[in-house]
Amino acid sequence: MLEPFEYGFFVRGFIVAGLVGILCGLVGVYVVLRRMSYIGHGLSHAMIGGAVVSYVMAFNFYAGASIWGFLSALLINTIVRHRRAIGTDAAIGVITTAGFALGVAIISRYRTFTRNFEAALLGNLMGVAPQDVWAVTAMTLTALAIIILTYRRMLFLTFDPEVAAYYGVPTAWLDSLFALLLAGTLVVSMQLIGVTMLVGALVIPAVTARLLTDSFGRLLVLSGAIGTFNGLCGTYLSYFLDVSSGANVVLVGTVLFVLAYLWSGLRGRLGRLWGIEAH
Amino acid sequence: MLHPQPHPFVDEQPLIELRGATCGYGGHPAVEDVSLKIWPGEFVGILGPSGAGKTTVLRAILGGVKVYRGQVLIEGKPLGQRRMPIGYVPQLETVDWNFPITVEEVVLLGLASNKAWPWATRRERQRVYEMLERLGIAHLAQRHIRALSGGQQQRVFLARALVANPRLILLDEPTSGVDIKTRDDILHLLHQLNHQGATIMLTTHEINAVAAHLPRVVCINRTVIADGPPAQVFTPEILGRTYGARMVVIHHGGLVLVAERPHAGYEEHLVLQGEYDAGAV
Repeated sequence: MLEPFEYGFFVRGFIVAGLVGILCGLVGVYVVLRRMSYIGHGLSHAMIGGAVVSYVMAFNFYAGASIWGFLSALLINTIVRHRRAIGTDAAIGVITTAGFALGVAIISRYRTFTRNFEAALLGNLMGVAPQDVWAVTAMTLTALAIIILTYRRMLFLTFDPEVAAYYGVPTAWLDSLFALLLAGTLVVSMQLIGVTMLVGALVIPAVTARLLTDSFGRLLVLSGAIGTFNGLCGTYLSYFLDVSSGANVVLVGTVLFVLAYLWSGLRGRLGRLWGIEAH
Repeated sequence: MLHPQPHPFVDEQPLIELRGATCGYGGHPAVEDVSLKIWPGEFVGILGPSGAGKTTVLRAILGGVKVYRGQVLIEGKPLGQRRMPIGYVPQLETVDWNFPITVEEVVLLGLASNKAWPWATRRERQRVYEMLERLGIAHLAQRHIRALSGGQQQRVFLARALVANPRLILLDEPTSGVDIKTRDDILHLLHQLNHQGATIMLTTHEINAVAAHLPRVVCINRTVIADGPPAQVFTPEILGRTYGARMVVIHHGGLVLVAERPHAGYEEHLVLQGEYDAGAV
């Protein structure tokens, strides 16, 4: 049972999995409620382009991927603003897939990478380098600080952006802060989860928790806890099953989601049967 | 229905003043040259058809639209210097009812604007419960917002608007989409709040059910058509210009009733049929 913990790389991956789980679970709540799942999905893919280009140009991986993600978001915004015939979802499709394609093209052209880009695509425990632990720790602490300190204002902005502005909530500033939070989360989660799986890790804990509670405060805590469980459990099982850690984290999450789905249906039915109000 | 006494407005400054304000969105004015003074303690209804710019007037006061020409003054000062808290109740249709949030969490938002501490203090929680108690929905505090009736939902958002103790409360179509009983409850409640000193402004498109019960009505259709007590502004001429349709105004025992007049062709048709006595109204 404890055998994998004898390996340094596994312990490292396990710690990162727990932190990535909390991070994705918390940030995912806002992503889901602001209906940003698709942009999260797109940005994580686009970042592969930034990661590869920054590697080729001997540039810091985290900085490269973040800047690339940020520029992609700006480009999407520009296209939607200046060519009104193009919808936001279509613009996301163009820009982010182009970034992803560029990354894949460079990888397939030069096959001499020491950095594990297969891990970045599909997620791999072995792809987690020692410096990644620090990056994930720093990002998780930053995210926790932001979420705690802006909790009430961010909730107002997420629930009711128009009225939040009337009540003096700095909406433009918080929107930018959240965009940076999302980009940072995607970048540090990339190696463990893989860009193709990232949106699952981000969205599944939040929607699972949503089936179990109607209160925002409880949703946030529950989603963080479910994210952590998915991350740790998925990574642990991946050692024995020899399955990519990203896929495993998403699959564990999917099982929990199905259970929560069945439970919420059952609860509603039992409630009606016993005449108790369920909501 | 309660009616507030006329307030003495002498040598006070208006709470809100619009001076020839032209406002709108993305370069397109939605209302033009609006001049309006709202005095402390007033209860004012903004009346007009949909698309007339009623909500735009509220948004102009809240700083939510571009002001292209003219001025919007709050307590005599320009919008950017607003210190006075304003309570705002949006139209219920604009609320995301699937959002995971309880009644208590919604009302707490009314106190959220510059709080760095995530948890509500005991005093804030107490304030929220007092407000819910006053509106008769304290027992629903832990409920999800969808698990409420239309009247209760309206009260939740009214509680959020009132919790910071604002001097001015703005309500966007508070009576649309609720049943008659709820509508009367809401109007009664607003009259009570007004009696306790709150200045209230609401928008409505309902002439008989809502506007006729308010002490002051401002008729709007892209600009101010008329402004005054219902008995004064409810004339066929003014209402015709406001709604772009012919209206019949009936005075009956101190009550003003407004009805839509069948269009000219229909009237003639009836007269020809001998079934309609045009002299009766």
